[in-house]
Amino acid sequence: MLATRRWFGAQMDTVVTGRNEERLGLTRRDFGKATLAASAAAVVLTRAPAFAQDTVLKVGVLLPRSGYLAQPGQACQRGADIAATLLPELGFRVEVLNADTESNPDVARSRAEKLIQDGAQVIVGAFDSGQTTAAAQVCEQRGIPLVVNIAAAPQLTEQGYRTIFRNFPTSPTLVGNGLALMKDLFATTGTTPRSAVFLHANDTFGQANKAALDKLFPTLDMPFPMPEAISYDPKAQDLAVEVAKARATGAELVIVTTRANDAIMIVREMVKQRYEPMAVVSPGSPGMYDEQFYKVLGKYSDYCISNLPWYDPKSPLARKVEKTFKDKFPSDRFEGYAFNVGFTFEAVLIAADAFKRAGTGEPAALLDALRQTNLSEKIMLGGPIQFDAKGQNNAIASACVQNFKLRPTVVLPKENAEAAPVFPMPGWQKRA
Amino acid sequence: MFDQLTARGCAAFGMLLLILLALPMFADSYLVSVVTLVLWFAYVGQAWNVMMGFAGQLSLGHSLYVGLGAYASAALFVHFGIGPWAGLWLGMLLATLAGAVIGVLGFRFAIRGVHFALLTIAFAEFTRIAFDHIGWLGGSGGFFLPVGDAAGSSPFDLRGSPVLFYYVILALALGALALCRRLLHSRIGYFWLAIREDQEAAQAVGIDVFRAKLAAVLISAAMTSLGGVFYAFFYNNLFPEQIFSVSRSIELILAPVIGGIGTLFGPIFGAFILTPPGRAGHLGY
Amino acid sequence: MPLDLYLNVAAGGLLTGLVYGLAALGLSVIFGVVRIVNFAHGELMVIGMYAAVLAAGSLSIDPLLATPVVAGLLFAVGYGLQRGLVNRFIDRPDHMQFILLVGIAMMIVNGLLIVFGPDSRNAQVSYAFDAIEIGPLLLDTVRVYAGGGALTVAALLFFFFRCTLTGKAIRACADNQLGARVVGLNVERLYAFTFGLGAATAGIAGCLMTLLVDVRPQLAPEYTLLSFIVVIVGGLGSMGGALLGGVLIGISEAMAGFILLPSMKSMFSYGLLILVLLLRPQGLLGKRP
Repeated sequence: MLATRRWFGAQMDTVVTGRNEERLGLTRRDFGKATLAASAAAVVLTRAPAFAQDTVLKVGVLLPRSGYLAQPGQACQRGADIAATLLPELGFRVEVLNADTESNPDVARSRAEKLIQDGAQVIVGAFDSGQTTAAAQVCEQRGIPLVVNIAAAPQLTEQGYRTIFRNFPTSPTLVGNGLALMKDLFATTGTTPRSAVFLHANDTFGQANKAALDKLFPTLDMPFPMPEAISYDPKAQDLAVEVAKARATGAELVIVTTRANDAIMIVREMVKQRYEPMAVVSPGSPGMYDEQFYKVLGKYSDYCISNLPWYDPKSPLARKVEKTFKDKFPSDRFEGYAFNVGFTFEAVLIAADAFKRAGTGEPAALLDALRQTNLSEKIMLGGPIQFDAKGQNNAIASACVQNFKLRPTVVLPKENAEAAPVFPMPGWQKRA
Repeated sequence: MFDQLTARGCAAFGMLLLILLALPMFADSYLVSVVTLVLWFAYVGQAWNVMMGFAGQLSLGHSLYVGLGAYASAALFVHFGIGPWAGLWLGMLLATLAGAVIGVLGFRFAIRGVHFALLTIAFAEFTRIAFDHIGWLGGSGGFFLPVGDAAGSSPFDLRGSPVLFYYVILALALGALALCRRLLHSRIGYFWLAIREDQEAAQAVGIDVFRAKLAAVLISAAMTSLGGVFYAFFYNNLFPEQIFSVSRSIELILAPVIGGIGTLFGPIFGAFILTPPGRAGHLGY
Repeated sequence: MPLDLYLNVAAGGLLTGLVYGLAALGLSVIFGVVRIVNFAHGELMVIGMYAAVLAAGSLSIDPLLATPVVAGLLFAVGYGLQRGLVNRFIDRPDHMQFILLVGIAMMIVNGLLIVFGPDSRNAQVSYAFDAIEIGPLLLDTVRVYAGGGALTVAALLFFFFRCTLTGKAIRACADNQLGARVVGLNVERLYAFTFGLGAATAGIAGCLMTLLVDVRPQLAPEYTLLSFIVVIVGGLGSMGGALLGGVLIGISEAMAGFILLPSMKSMFSYGLLILVLLLRPQGLLGKRP
């Protein structure tokens, strides 16, 4: 042992010297000057010429196609691709320009600038509230409309932007609808849990949901007291401690707000720790209907419930979109992508519809047309698409979607249901 | 200011200056936004350079000062209606305090090299997670500044068009350049040079090494926090995840490292080379 | 709250901490001998993780069985890296080494992103959902295997350095480079061997980690940071210290997360790091230079 210690007992510090710089200083400076000149020339020469087109609407689609949000971002991209193919067939003239935010708000900002410089007359995006805010900044400064496909932070329509139009519910709406659906669930199945716990990721989305829950819960007359909130690091790779803490509360209902991987980890830990609540419900978050969720958890993925906006299987437009999806991506299930594809398609549709009514791509006219949007032919459940004075669409409804045999199935509201809900869910060990 | 450059270098710099001053008049807003970003990295890189190049301390947690400056001025604006020109003093104060804590603790306990770098990372990460939980500042959900009328320009509140921000950051970058030049040729600049070359000899000659190194840290922290104030009002939203992150700290130091640590124009050249090509922001982190 | 819940959480933290300790061990070995601060350590670990996931996915090999192959692969990578690139930077100042290794790290991460994409992948093992009951404790099967594996490999490494000829030669290089050369040891080759060994250790730790977490490229810098924290807390240059540091971090994080708010877990580790750096910079089991 002593020998080992002595072996490792060597000098640890290294003195930093500035000697290296002088030797290479001159060559570096010259190199710097040359490159500076070159890049300046390159940037100036590659400026795109301005377009003045009013026959086709150029829509700039801004999504996280790489980075930590790549998976849902690419799903949204499919919606934009389907829109580019399907909308012309329905009589809308659109051209889609795509840009990748790399899941980074700084990049989102500069890509938004680039899209506008390349001639985009409307921006659609950007899946995440942080990146959407960055894009909203740019759009506001340039007077270009921004149609939000998916982003729940309420501030987006409260900060004072005049060019933003959001076709997605805010966190308070999501959570409120989610809780209301839970009450429906209890009423329909005749079982009511006596306590609940709220597990959420400590990121933009999770915190927004928690804030909404704190505000709305007392007003909704739920049959159980305010759930204890357990927040976890969204980058955590291991949620054993968090689930142990949830289990320690003895709650009968587990409410979650997750992204994709944490949903898998939470359920897996619950199985390992033999924690069997009556259900795992999310009041509007992704994760439990992702393909990866079913693949990894198999039989344990069944009976998990997500209360969130969903596509209306009976809508003719939804059927057309589903058909186009199956043509383009024959080996994937539409249900796993419907949420992201649906909202992104609708966002492009909204832009195209406004353009049709305005007759021109000029910003002021487009903004006016957008403010008067009234679309009843759409994909997602809920009333016609309309925007209030702040640019928010308040008519989007949520559905209760439960996993049956590895497939997300609508169980509530009754008029859209494909099957009856199961509550409480069978225990882990009893799964076939 | 120009004794480090050759005559041709002076001419090149002069030309660059003229182009930068006149840029918004002939360039479109995309180019202006790119150059604004370049100048921001040049400014913050210059600030970091003071600590590394002049005093030889590797700080990998400089995003701490950016974040403190940003949040302080933003909080004062949103919660108390105090404009950034007054708010920046609080930001500078907080950043200087943080720098003092790190500097004193680090130097008193003779922590050098990689240990010091790790100390700076630890402080930045600790602060990041702490801010994630401060509800009053938005937590991880983000802190949003109200966005007023884009047409209205109130320089006193830093509410205005991108051109306003461009000139502000240009002024900051030039000011940093002038300040650094001044420092390098002052007494403390020569102290730093001596410490850099041979710390023991400098101490033997009678230089108060601790004081000199601490001064570098404090100046660097204060300068960096101004960059944070600019950031807050330019982007109008702050998320602890981004502003205090380690990847942001590493982004900040790439420009001065590539351009030349310890030199006067290094950070500026580094920023111009790195930022435009595909916006080197995303490092895969 | 019942006591067995605390015990369960602590036990889980301990087992996970052993794997952290193994990863940190590789880092400690590299620094103790080659005196290079390996900022690409987490990246090497993640390469090991992907190798294990691929083996499990396409060849249906359990990660535990894949460890020798992964170790061999990472050894070659580390050896080549040291011999080819890192060797020239040994005498350069800290920030140069840092830039080089961060550059290597970035290339690895982006390479992995291009090849595997950003989605999480995991190795499906048949016992992923099982738990072992020992009295009041309910331990995850995967965690027990991972912890046990880490302990075994650490013991093997210790044995290597203590008892084998190569191990002693490496220790000689670390003690006195000039003396080692005089005696006839090929220092360059031994350095490369050590780097390879450190990389292999990281790779094995990665393999074991695959049992516990899902892999994606963005994990790499987090593991680098974690390895550093463990090494500093335990003591740079002490093998026992690395393991001890790992266990300490594992348990304290788990308990802090359980008792306070889980999203503050990491704050605790950083706080611990700051305290150790200030009060006992050589680490708990390290020796003051």
